[in-house]
Amino acid sequence: MSDWVLKAEGLSKGFTLHLQGGVRIPVLRDAGLVVAPGECVALSGPSGAGKSTLMRLLQGNYGADEGAILICRADGSVADLATASPREVNGLRRDTIGHVSQFLRVIPRVPALEVVAAPLLARGVARELALARAQALLRRLNLPDRLHALPPATFSGGEQQRVNLARGFVADFPLVLLDEPTASLDAANREVVIALIGEAKARGAALVGIFHDLDVRGRVADRVVEVLPLREAA
Amino acid sequence: MMADDEPILSARGLSLSFGAVRALDEVSIDLWPGEVLAIVGESGSGKSTLLRALAGEMRPDAGRVTYRDASGEALEVHAMGEPALRRLARTEWGFVRQDARDGLRMGVSAGGNVGERLMAVGARHYGDIRTEAERWLERVEISPSRIDDRPGQFSGGMRQRLQIARTLVTRPRLVFMDEPTGGLDVSVQARLLDLIRGLVSDLGIAVVLVTHDIAAARLLAHRLVVMRHGRVVEEGLTDRVLDDPRHPYTQLLVSSVLAA
Amino acid sequence: MTTEGYNFAYLDEGTKRMIRRALLKAVAVPGHQVPFGSREMPLPYGWGTGGIQVTASVVGPDDVLKVIDQGADDTTNAVSIRRFFARVAPGLRTTERTAEATIIQTRHRIPETPLREGQVMVYQVPQPEPLFKLEPRRAETKRLHALADYGLMQVKLYEDIARHGRVGSSYDHPVMVGGRYLMAPSPIPSFDNPKMHLSPALQLFGAGRERRLYAVPPYTEVRSLDFDDHPFVPLRASGSCALCGADHTYLDEMVTDDRGGRLFVCSDTDYCGERQEQQAAERAA
Repeated sequence: MSDWVLKAEGLSKGFTLHLQGGVRIPVLRDAGLVVAPGECVALSGPSGAGKSTLMRLLQGNYGADEGAILICRADGSVADLATASPREVNGLRRDTIGHVSQFLRVIPRVPALEVVAAPLLARGVARELALARAQALLRRLNLPDRLHALPPATFSGGEQQRVNLARGFVADFPLVLLDEPTASLDAANREVVIALIGEAKARGAALVGIFHDLDVRGRVADRVVEVLPLREAA
Repeated sequence: MMADDEPILSARGLSLSFGAVRALDEVSIDLWPGEVLAIVGESGSGKSTLLRALAGEMRPDAGRVTYRDASGEALEVHAMGEPALRRLARTEWGFVRQDARDGLRMGVSAGGNVGERLMAVGARHYGDIRTEAERWLERVEISPSRIDDRPGQFSGGMRQRLQIARTLVTRPRLVFMDEPTGGLDVSVQARLLDLIRGLVSDLGIAVVLVTHDIAAARLLAHRLVVMRHGRVVEEGLTDRVLDDPRHPYTQLLVSSVLAA
Repeated sequence: MTTEGYNFAYLDEGTKRMIRRALLKAVAVPGHQVPFGSREMPLPYGWGTGGIQVTASVVGPDDVLKVIDQGADDTTNAVSIRRFFARVAPGLRTTERTAEATIIQTRHRIPETPLREGQVMVYQVPQPEPLFKLEPRRAETKRLHALADYGLMQVKLYEDIARHGRVGSSYDHPVMVGGRYLMAPSPIPSFDNPKMHLSPALQLFGAGRERRLYAVPPYTEVRSLDFDDHPFVPLRASGSCALCGADHTYLDEMVTDDRGGRLFVCSDTDYCGERQEQQAAERAA
């Protein structure tokens, strides 16, 4: 096993807005981040500094202009997310990178239980087992059973967030990305999330998160990495 | 587990001109088993022409299309001859047309429409064909009690669902879809898209989807190809192309859609 | 009507040769439709112009011709065609007896008397394309035949069962010839379809308006399309002939009065007549 799960080096990212006369907006320059197994790293910095951009790069949602994003798979092989083909990225998302975004991208008519079980089903876990694990996790996050069979489109923000969290933690991803995972949760559910993060660390997962709740951050993060706006960083 | 390290469909250097218009200009794409590839672009971008060239319905001036069949053999789509191509079209392939009237037999009952592909591959037991047709009508959310009704008595959304049942009943490995939600009401579109998404992932079908609907592409596709003036201007992971578009035309396309 | 100035059997030798060539091709590819240059005949399309041209091309002065329409030798169409050939083919004999005939031109029936080697059946065909109602484009049906892509025909049979509860039509029920070509047997009752199967006679089909010929050589497999669980069943009215008592022949229904009275008689008048003669002879003996 490698001594890191995620090793990002020399990352640069900017946006060229062709519709606005080709203006170029640099966001990250020569950014780097190394996360060890069992470690949780919190990203901090003023809003607009590039935390979200970095998270999106780590998830493969944005493409890096320069640099490498090395990710160690469960079998020990290493992939570079920055240069991986779309199929490889999809493979990494299936097996290696778990992601809890701030907002749930709702798929019409798919029940909450299916949304949560999807990562397991995609890996070929037997349907009954996948649904059972999904249900157990939703119960742990205090989502009432009557909601499990309903599509989350009509759920409240907090309910949707819990569906999202369950989806991110249902499979044992080696790398878990958390984008404000407790933003709309009550105290009890915040405790559940803190416990889930602790368990993920205990099984050797690497976690990277943006936590606006400083109390939560203090309890889960092993390290805080500052992401500064480019002018200040330079 | 299927051998998914080889593409199921590959196109190399496809070019096709209609007079002075270059409908396809050096287009190359790959599709892997079980993968959904969306081709987006405005009308006239060449996306429908590309679909027809991939499916062997239109012969390119240059370039070639290779299909790897169920036995692993690589077949040249434009060199295999009509009998082999037709056999493929009714066994391992399927085609869902924008206008269900082009993909259905309007004079034949719903059951006959779904049963046709079964019969074309040799099914000769009426009871079995009917049972399978009923099962598929249910699967596409059409009441089996409508099995003897003709498509003319169906709504637009139902017709399109019937076309999907008719296409998928023989479990093809590769399905071409040309604007499957075009011309339908928005609410009807959502239901249809969701149905397609479920069926495609359940059956593990590879799909080439032509659409101008960015939201449909985001919901269904693993990968996206953006076409303009017969060329591929950008391609990649669906969410990356849509959230981090590089090419000016892709940025225009994405910005002209409300919260896709 | 005088026959002077007309070639034997009305058609000129060049036309006959052209039709015979098409017939040879048709015999060589059983069930396959061969185009031919249909000529103007002295009767309108729909009255057997295709059959007449085939008969005219194969008939010789030594032949014995029988013509039937709806199974009967004495209906207008049968009588006029028989009379036509008697006039334009000197030496040709005509008959109403199936067993005596060398050529039998027919519309709607195959005789009940089993055919034998050396006999030629000539069918008058209004629509030679079995897929016509399902696929109106001629180019497309040709392609379907070339590829033996007959799922569409099976769809029609499916529709028949779904709608009427049984396979097929009561007449012109499609057949597969020699395991290769789908063929319209012409508007004969499905009851007659099995008679085509492995028949010792040569069967020729002519469609004048559609300009198509096709053929089934002797001893060729002819199978009626069906489903495993809805096998093809030759249909006949249940009952027996009021004249000869036959309970195994194809029957026509006759209305005998205006109070719903009706009876059945053999559609094949020759066969029925022979049976009656035989029965009379047995009674006399």
